[in-house]
Amino acid sequence: MCRDPLDPLPPFAFRDETEKELQQLLSRAPTPAAAILPALHLVQKEHGYISTAAMDYLAGRLAIPPSKVLADATFYEMYRCYPVGHYLIQVCTGPSCALLGADRILDHLADRLGIKPGQTTPDRLFTLGRTECLAACGSAPVITCNGQLYEEMSVEKVDQLLADWSAAAARQPGESEWTGS
Amino acid sequence: MDRILTATWGLPGGHTLAVYRSHGGYGALAKALAMTPEAIVDQVKAANLRGRGGAGFPCGVKWGFLPKDLAKPRYLVVNADEGEPGTFKDRAILEKDPHRLLEGILITAYALKVETAYVYLRGEFGQPGQSLTEAIGEATQAGYLGTNILGSGYSLEIVLHYGAGAYICGEETALLESIEGKPGKPRPKPPFPAVVGLFGCPTIINNVETLACIPTIIERGGEWFHKLGRERDGGTKIYGVSGHVKRPGLYEAPLGLSLRTLVYDLGGGIRDDRPLKAVIPGGVSCVPLKPDEIDVTMDFASMTAAGTMLGTAGAIVMDVTTCMVRMATRIARFYHHESCGQCTPCREGSGWILRILEEIEAGRGSPEDLDLLVDICNHIQGNTICAFGDALAMPIRGYVTKFESEFLRHLEKGGCPFPAW
Ligand SMILES: Cc1cc2nc3c(=O)[nH]c(=O)nc-3n(C[C@H](O)[C@H](O)[C@H](O)COP(=O)(O)O)c2cc1C
Ligand code: SF4
Ligand code: FES
Repeated sequence: MCRDPLDPLPPFAFRDETEKELQQLLSRAPTPAAAILPALHLVQKEHGYISTAAMDYLAGRLAIPPSKVLADATFYEMYRCYPVGHYLIQVCTGPSCALLGADRILDHLADRLGIKPGQTTPDRLFTLGRTECLAACGSAPVITCNGQLYEEMSVEKVDQLLADWSAAAARQPGESEWTGS
Repeated sequence: MDRILTATWGLPGGHTLAVYRSHGGYGALAKALAMTPEAIVDQVKAANLRGRGGAGFPCGVKWGFLPKDLAKPRYLVVNADEGEPGTFKDRAILEKDPHRLLEGILITAYALKVETAYVYLRGEFGQPGQSLTEAIGEATQAGYLGTNILGSGYSLEIVLHYGAGAYICGEETALLESIEGKPGKPRPKPPFPAVVGLFGCPTIINNVETLACIPTIIERGGEWFHKLGRERDGGTKIYGVSGHVKRPGLYEAPLGLSLRTLVYDLGGGIRDDRPLKAVIPGGVSCVPLKPDEIDVTMDFASMTAAGTMLGTAGAIVMDVTTCMVRMATRIARFYHHESCGQCTPCREGSGWILRILEEIEAGRGSPEDLDLLVDICNHIQGNTICAFGDALAMPIRGYVTKFESEFLRHLEKGGCPFPAW
């Protein structure tokens, strides 16, 4: 694991409902390794990202070498090994979306948020990124936010969404919105 | 025309069991359970159904590759990883008509003597996955899924498995690795999955749309289905059209639809009635066609004869304002990013191609770079473990050779002559 051996890991544990889901997963998985991907999804759903502590913990629970968990956590694009903002906005820059202005939408969001793609706003409210084709090309350009798809986007529509998300966050500060993205 | 795969799309509650059943849904399952597995396979062979995942392999023939003995358990794996840019049909089937897919899975699993079927959904398919999960709940309640289905003694379990954002997991052996919990690195073939597949057991992998065709084949008969399409290519297909068209979307039509009809009739023609520059016929791994090349019929053999592929039949349309160097660069970026990294030609070549294209798009480089690009493509094609290498090399070579003058204009001008997108 890529961590400082002198820096002890904070303990990791799931909330009760997630723990139940994990136990179900372990009882059904035909091999321990087959549970890695779904278990990593559980970690991310609950914590927003996958820490080294979580990877170590899962390796222990699944009784497999930590390197196998690390290999999956880094191979698969959707797993994040670093925390992201409350809202993770991803703009599809695949070909059909690109043809209909995806790059302008990405640039506009970057401008509005004052960050570059890949970065998080200082208040940790928004992380901006891009994604490859989301299999929604017929309603291009599209974006996702925390796993939810938004179709036929325009600069005006993303402005409206930004306003809605900011307002929602102001109403419930600190409330996590992870929907399983 | 008979709409088969899209018959209930757009109806209120079209995705529910009630509506599916009121359109005859699950009638084919009851019929199939009264047939022998071999008789079902024969109908699918007679249907000349070719795989809808992109490669177009005859479905019944593939099923025939399973070993005859039942020494080991066997699996059916449904490929719902839909990641080929320009393709958006499987998401629609999952969201709008999940019961048709389920019925197809059930009939296929019974025919192949499978007791566990996996559905591999791409990680981003939260909504489609939700829709399928609800359908599984409804079907189980109604006795179509689970133990002793419709009193036949046959039982099936369906397991949903989510990917996590890797295009390569759409390749069937990478997909199996991923279900087994490993990074999605394709396996060398042979052995083919039908013999050594998931967890070392015989496995059939089929695309969502392929399986969605099965209920109709059983209900109306393989011959009937075959006659809808072409000689070696039965049935109807969900065509997609996106990009610079007035009516982007999905349209069902028989195999052999004219590409021009897809773009100009169903797709409504080019936005602002501008001239057309190019069409990618079936996802970005297909060689683009020029305006004088779109009078082709969209079936597997005709598209191959036209120097490209039917692929997933998800067409991307580009009008004259589009920079083909930029499009090639975007596609190269995708492939470079998604290469699993096992094979040197693909891993390194994709990076070289991307860097050269980025330079040309910025107006830097020399005409010899075009030869270099073609040379790199030639060295990738056929020299890799999986078809990803070909899917990268063939289109990139197509852009360079078919639109050479545009590449040269970048170099002459010292920059891109087209408007930003
Ligand atoms: C790089 C690559 C990506 C692929 N992606 C997909 C995909 O997203 N969905 C799919 O059904 N098939 C995909 N395929 C094709 C599968 O390997 C396989 O041929 C297909 O799932 C078989 O089903 P079918 O015979 O029903 O088409 C891909 C192939 C390659 C080489
Ligand atoms: S061709 Fe590319 S994607 Fe396929 S196995 Fe080789 S490196 Fe991986
Ligand atoms: S290119 Fe954006 S959804 Fe396909």
